[in-house]
Amino acid sequence: MSQDTVNAKTTIEAAGRISRSALPSRLFAIAKHGFSILLTFVGLTAITFIIGRVMPADPVLAIVGDRASNEVYEAMRLQLGLDKPLIQQYLIYLSNILQGDFGTSIMTTRPVLDDIIRFFPATLELATIATIFGVFLGIPMGVLAAVNQGRLIDHVIRIIGLFGYSVPIFWLGMVALLIFYAGLGWLPGPGRIAVYYDGIVEARSGIILLDSALQGEWEIFWNALHHLVLPASMLATFALAYIARMTRSFMLDQLNQEYILTARVKGLSEGAVIWRHAFRNVLVQLITIIGLTYASLLEGSVLTETIFAWPGIGQYITTSLFNADMNAVIGGTVVVGICFVGVNVLSDILYRIVDPRSHD
Amino acid sequence: MTLKSVALATAFAVAAAMPMAGPANAGTPKNMLIMAKNIDDLITLDPAEVFEFTGGEVIANVYDRVMMFEPEDLTTLVGGVTESHTISDDGKTIVFKVRAGQTFHSGNPVTAADVAFSLRRVVKLKKTPSFILTQFGWNKGNVDGLIKTVDAMHVSVTMAADFSPGLLLNALSAGVGSVVDMKEVMKHAKDGDFGYGWLKNHSAGSGAYSLQTWNANEIVSLSAHAGYRHGAPAMGRIVMRHVPEPAAQRLMVEKGDADMARDLTPDQIKGMMGNADIVVGDYPKAALIYMATNNAHPILGKDKVRQAIRYVVDYKGMADSFLAGQYKIHQAFWPSGLWGSLGETPFEMDLAKAKALLAEAGHGSGFEIVIDTLKKSPYPEIAQSVQAALAKIGVKSQIILSEGKTLWPKYRARKHQLIVAQWSPDYVDPHSNADAFAHNPDNRMEAKLTGKLAWRTSWENPSINAMTESAAKELDLVKREKLYMDLQRKVQMDGPFTVMFQKSEQVASRKNVKNFVSGANFDLVFYRTITK
Repeated sequence: MSQDTVNAKTTIEAAGRISRSALPSRLFAIAKHGFSILLTFVGLTAITFIIGRVMPADPVLAIVGDRASNEVYEAMRLQLGLDKPLIQQYLIYLSNILQGDFGTSIMTTRPVLDDIIRFFPATLELATIATIFGVFLGIPMGVLAAVNQGRLIDHVIRIIGLFGYSVPIFWLGMVALLIFYAGLGWLPGPGRIAVYYDGIVEARSGIILLDSALQGEWEIFWNALHHLVLPASMLATFALAYIARMTRSFMLDQLNQEYILTARVKGLSEGAVIWRHAFRNVLVQLITIIGLTYASLLEGSVLTETIFAWPGIGQYITTSLFNADMNAVIGGTVVVGICFVGVNVLSDILYRIVDPRSHD
Repeated sequence: MTLKSVALATAFAVAAAMPMAGPANAGTPKNMLIMAKNIDDLITLDPAEVFEFTGGEVIANVYDRVMMFEPEDLTTLVGGVTESHTISDDGKTIVFKVRAGQTFHSGNPVTAADVAFSLRRVVKLKKTPSFILTQFGWNKGNVDGLIKTVDAMHVSVTMAADFSPGLLLNALSAGVGSVVDMKEVMKHAKDGDFGYGWLKNHSAGSGAYSLQTWNANEIVSLSAHAGYRHGAPAMGRIVMRHVPEPAAQRLMVEKGDADMARDLTPDQIKGMMGNADIVVGDYPKAALIYMATNNAHPILGKDKVRQAIRYVVDYKGMADSFLAGQYKIHQAFWPSGLWGSLGETPFEMDLAKAKALLAEAGHGSGFEIVIDTLKKSPYPEIAQSVQAALAKIGVKSQIILSEGKTLWPKYRARKHQLIVAQWSPDYVDPHSNADAFAHNPDNRMEAKLTGKLAWRTSWENPSINAMTESAAKELDLVKREKLYMDLQRKVQMDGPFTVMFQKSEQVASRKNVKNFVSGANFDLVFYRTITK
């Protein structure tokens, strides 16, 4: 047997070992990932639960009202199990969650899970449209600013970005309502849909645009779309400002690299240099930014939801918090946690698609 | 090419995001009333449990009560579900005759059995407002024997405690006097809950409207009851839309997307005065803003110090400025506009007198206190005004602003020093407030009479207790009214409370909206008279 044959055999064997061990190691990675997600949730529920129990707001009074007699008060305290030690209360709560029971909300009198199913789609609709606006406007603006660094267009875009960043959303929301709703009458006012359309479309996904389109209720679809424009634009100004700013800075980094010079020297068109070379390289970073923006919008924006009377998860969690409605607060927090994890997983998948280096 | 493509991409995105011209809204439908209102206090619609403003208003239109104040005459107590009643010679038993021909929303007829069931249900469920009925001596064990049907249309109610029958009749006009559809409710009963789990967000009444939808933080929608005893109401549908931001409410009513805005601030009302399409209605309400000192506090417990504090408040200054239009000066514990109210306002700001009273009490050099109040307007502004005035007589104060759910536990545990808070009667009888402000039969900490303000402030006065009890029992209406007048004067002078203001609700409506009736109490709001 020649030395070459031995080497070849060793290489093949090694390759075999690698491919045999790849499966368990991938399973191990998935399990590790799953375990860390699980740990995140246990931590999340524990912290929210403890904060809920130690804060001075009294969940019993939230139900019985401040005029309740002591007898009524004590009866409710026992019913809620608040007489038990904190750790026992938490374990009961955790085991209920694992069985899909998030408890009942004090405020809405309905199971928390039902509430979330009702409120979350409103936020999802708003956040998704806002992120789409943000991406489709923010990225071209960021690229444009980077390409024209220091020129007028760069300054204009920077001012727009600064505006989106720094103007308080409640002010912007009110001004937008004043101009486009009260003044020009182009767009409808607060709410998700005109009152007289309420209850016509059967809530299958809870996303009115989707439900009305699927059921062929186009009049309602357009009405809901019109209602979406203003609040989504408010959130989009924030998303747009952030995305444009980050795109600009990532692009500037790339445009100053030597490979860009090489590409230009090779005689590639400026469009190809910018989009095919520089932009491809910032995509991975951008996905992270877009993911984070989307996740933070999915938390719900309390101010936007308040001004536009938008029944979303942000208002739900905030109102619950003020009412010491802890089941609702924890349920909402877990959903927000799931959103973050979900968006992270989605970003990971997208990295693999756009970045060849992350392929096996 | 490069710039062009970037510009094109941007232009495309802008075009995609451009709003299409929306359909101009030509007002709300003719037979539908849309209100813009903050409804985040709504947590239940079961009349045995409702104790919140929005809930009280909704059930007032969904359920007819045993006794009622009707929108046509808010000052006279009349039979609601019942047509007439007879009082026994000893004043302990009242037999009610149910009106014939009434139907619930389900179509079931209203009978004596429904009345007895509804009242017993309140006592047995024992939710917060149940004390309005249990004060008459009813409990789980005896109520079936004391509230019973005589025949299909007569129901007999016997008190087990010593009270005036007039007080009982008034109490039966409260939310807990609502008559529910026994057959419908019991269809949904689970584990002996008398349908409580279901009735929290459904309705089973015989009132002018039935509940169509309640989506918390979103909408309450009511449908007219075609078979209502006063005839079907003009508005076929009433919608309360949750609009938490008052400025957005204003825009909606000005634009015609809402017929009414319910939570506007004085500034916004002022801003709308020139608008010919809008009418602003003023409705005096029974809600009072008062200040209470903790009598267990070593300094605030002194008579002269309590007196001094009453002269520190700038009643007029506040009522004419940031409270203008929405609160007026009122200084007795029973609000004006109701039977038995006392309109006297003996106190005005007099810092020299206050300073002299403090000196007499031995605190001429001042002291330090904490003022607790609610976060929402106008409480912080009132607390600041009091703080500034206190500073002028040498009393240093720190203001702590809290949400209600944080403040009430502190107040109920008697941990406050000076608190600025609000109170509304539970039902339209002066005993409702007398019981809270004047009656404290057991001042011990372990007595935990947390529902009574006199107990919360550690204030116990045996002669005032006795007066409160005898007023509640008095059969002669003239004598009873005089007793309440005297009681109010005494509490006004000696009590730990400085009653300052009475609320007036300002409602901005489109000018075509007529006959909205909003009475003094929180649950005397009627939709059935509204026309457009």
